[in-house]
Amino acid sequence: MGWSKEEGTQALEGLRVIDLSQIYAGPYATKLLADMGAEIIRVECAARSGRGGALPRMKPGGAFGSSFPDGDTGERSYNRFAYYNEVNRNKYAITLDLSQPHGVEVFKRLVRISDVVVENFTPRVMRNLGLDYPVLKETNTRIVMISLSGYGQDGSYRDYVAYGEGIEAMVGLSQLTSYPDGEPLKPGVAYADATSGLHAAFAILAALRYRRLTGRGQYIDLAMREAVTPIIGEAIMDYSVNERVASPMGNHHPSMAPHGCYRSRGEDRWVVIAISSDEEWRSFCHVMGDPPWTKSEKFATLSGRLASQDELDRLIEGWTSQYDHIELTNMLQRSGIKAGAVLDIEELAHDPHLRERGFFEELSHPEAGTHLYPGLSWRMSRTSGRLRLPAPCFGEHNDYVFGELLGMSKEEALRLAEEGVTAKEPLPFSPLGEGSEMEA
Amino acid sequence: MPDQALSGLVVLDLSENISGPYCTKLLADYGAEVIKIEKPVLGDTSRSIGPFPDDQPDPERSGLFLFLNTNKRSITLNLESESGTEIFKILVNGVDILVENFQPGAMAGLGLDYETLAETNPALIMTSISCFGQWGPYRDWDGPDIVAQAMGGLMGLTGEADREPLKLPGSQAEFQAGLNAAVATLSALYFRDETGEGQHIDVSAQEAVASILEASVTMYSYSGFVRRRTGSRHHLQCPSRVMRTKDGFIHVQAGANWDHFATYLETPQLMEPRLASILRYHYADEVEGLIQPWLEKHEAREVFSTGQEWRIPFARVLGIDELVTDPQYEARGFFQHIDHPVAGRLIYPGAPFRMSETPPQVCRAPLLGEHNEEVYIGVLGLNKEDLARLRENGVV
Repeated sequence: MGWSKEEGTQALEGLRVIDLSQIYAGPYATKLLADMGAEIIRVECAARSGRGGALPRMKPGGAFGSSFPDGDTGERSYNRFAYYNEVNRNKYAITLDLSQPHGVEVFKRLVRISDVVVENFTPRVMRNLGLDYPVLKETNTRIVMISLSGYGQDGSYRDYVAYGEGIEAMVGLSQLTSYPDGEPLKPGVAYADATSGLHAAFAILAALRYRRLTGRGQYIDLAMREAVTPIIGEAIMDYSVNERVASPMGNHHPSMAPHGCYRSRGEDRWVVIAISSDEEWRSFCHVMGDPPWTKSEKFATLSGRLASQDELDRLIEGWTSQYDHIELTNMLQRSGIKAGAVLDIEELAHDPHLRERGFFEELSHPEAGTHLYPGLSWRMSRTSGRLRLPAPCFGEHNDYVFGELLGMSKEEALRLAEEGVTAKEPLPFSPLGEGSEMEA
Repeated sequence: MPDQALSGLVVLDLSENISGPYCTKLLADYGAEVIKIEKPVLGDTSRSIGPFPDDQPDPERSGLFLFLNTNKRSITLNLESESGTEIFKILVNGVDILVENFQPGAMAGLGLDYETLAETNPALIMTSISCFGQWGPYRDWDGPDIVAQAMGGLMGLTGEADREPLKLPGSQAEFQAGLNAAVATLSALYFRDETGEGQHIDVSAQEAVASILEASVTMYSYSGFVRRRTGSRHHLQCPSRVMRTKDGFIHVQAGANWDHFATYLETPQLMEPRLASILRYHYADEVEGLIQPWLEKHEAREVFSTGQEWRIPFARVLGIDELVTDPQYEARGFFQHIDHPVAGRLIYPGAPFRMSETPPQVCRAPLLGEHNEEVYIGVLGLNKEDLARLRENGVV
């Protein structure tokens, strides 16, 4: 059996998920399910598109501008936004305004034929819409509903607004992501969102297993803050056993030395090296050509190397800075030394290993063009698939979902449009999240 | 009726350190029966890593091991002995899931590759976790966490622009690999419950990390933009960064309403059209410069709570000691107190999510080989003499 990517049955075929979630954490969870073959139906509306709204055509420049193909927001910016298009591939999208009674009624029809509902509003929103779990359960006792929120559905912070970056601060991750002599920084990407999304996907699949055995759905309350806390478990356990408050270690490690990030040849090029035993240290010295400084007694043992790490780092950098970071990685790994080039985004996209594994895949999107996206996060020997669908355009699957899945008459679909329950395009853009109740 | 989400599921766990054990911890905490196979004498490598009380190594007191192995049973087995692999093959026939995180090829070297195991247990789901995956040019390369963070693209995006790239604290690539493995395993279980067919899963820590770089590679493909590290400042939201207050740090973001933000901060200059526009990220230094003096006159705790009244998503930069006494964690009973016969009563991070029908289990990590008799005699049907012989020969 190989690791075929041929088209075939996918692991989650037949699973239908309604996705009300916005921005990143919730959409990341449904991305994982979508990639495994689940049918994800995103429910969006003009005020809450999850796409940032409609921007005037422009070339805004900077990182934000670069999130549109060729830096151009285009005619319909909301179909061209990299953040949306990456995480919503393999999904369908409809428009439905849940603040209108007709919208709620159609939504309930959809709940009747679905398995899972995912949402990440602040806790009061679903209740205010009249669509909290007790209501959905009445509509479909088998439904699994998951709410992702910043701080959870109860407790004094329940209504607090939170985005992933803030959650990183609130779990101690920002404080620890720092140089030992520096101020708190934070992970360079929205780390809490993805981590919460992964836990959410696990939660959904666990609830579906229970439903398979019992026929019963259930409600999952995922506080992003609680989902992110376990991954700094080592630091929490250190406090637990020693009442020691972890301080930032930068690139150092409590029981490996050298363990760091070293400048190599070229502009902003770096390699990491991690030595976990005295034996590895000796082979590393050998690869460096056994320069005289490596003979120093104080570097012979782990405790000695830990005690003089800063000096050691400078000496190692004297060697690494003569070489290309990729060349160093090849040289060191071939000698059994644990090392890796710090790949920048361009290098990552062209990394030969990821390329051979087919990790990045091309998708053609009708409004964004043909581009490379990160593919499946893992491989399965029997059910692996490819990225099948580009991210949906706004309202692209109204006909399919209303007509084919719900068997709605053309007249009713027309009426939904007239009533403004469905929409042709999002409201004009306002800065990230403005004018909506979308959080987390 | 099962009382937990994953009740009835049997998992054989050959993995050690962090990635595999976090995957099986999730399975175990939500009800699966996880039998952890450890090397005789030494056990899981995390037993020798710590943190230990007073930094005194003791295989039954490693905080990392205790945390990652709740709700599991432990047996010892030497897979490098012939009778060890024979016993393993019998055990594997009775389980739903096998998780391992050896170097790729190591299982095949023991004659325990997926194809061999699936011959007698075709419904088996085998989840393999490694730094670079089971195939491809880097397959045999090895790395602890920092290598996967570097080669997965995360490290290059973290840290100050004018300093060296910074790794995330602890072992984040390992946790990401474990999390992906857990989701992948339950996806395979869903398929198996539909079709009866098991399969082999290949999780690479490098790919787990490369999957969560926001839209960085997509943006590169869209416009040629190569994202680089920008300290604590988000590369396209403004403001979004850690900032200093009178007495500590907070994370600053404006939230849904710029007008509220400017009013709350008593900084009307922020309402200048250029800065009220979504294009204000071009003037990030100026925006932050306007905010900073106000923040330095106020305490972090106060900004956090009064700002939230205005629905501004401020967050405090907390240290670990501030977590365990935090009122919200406390109100939700997040942290757990678990007794252990050797390590005593300790505080543990609790469940990452709550389920209305099936609350997670809370049971301590096992002692090394604690369940040998229960599993070898009770499950496999060996007698006491057999077990004694295996012990003498160093198999158990």
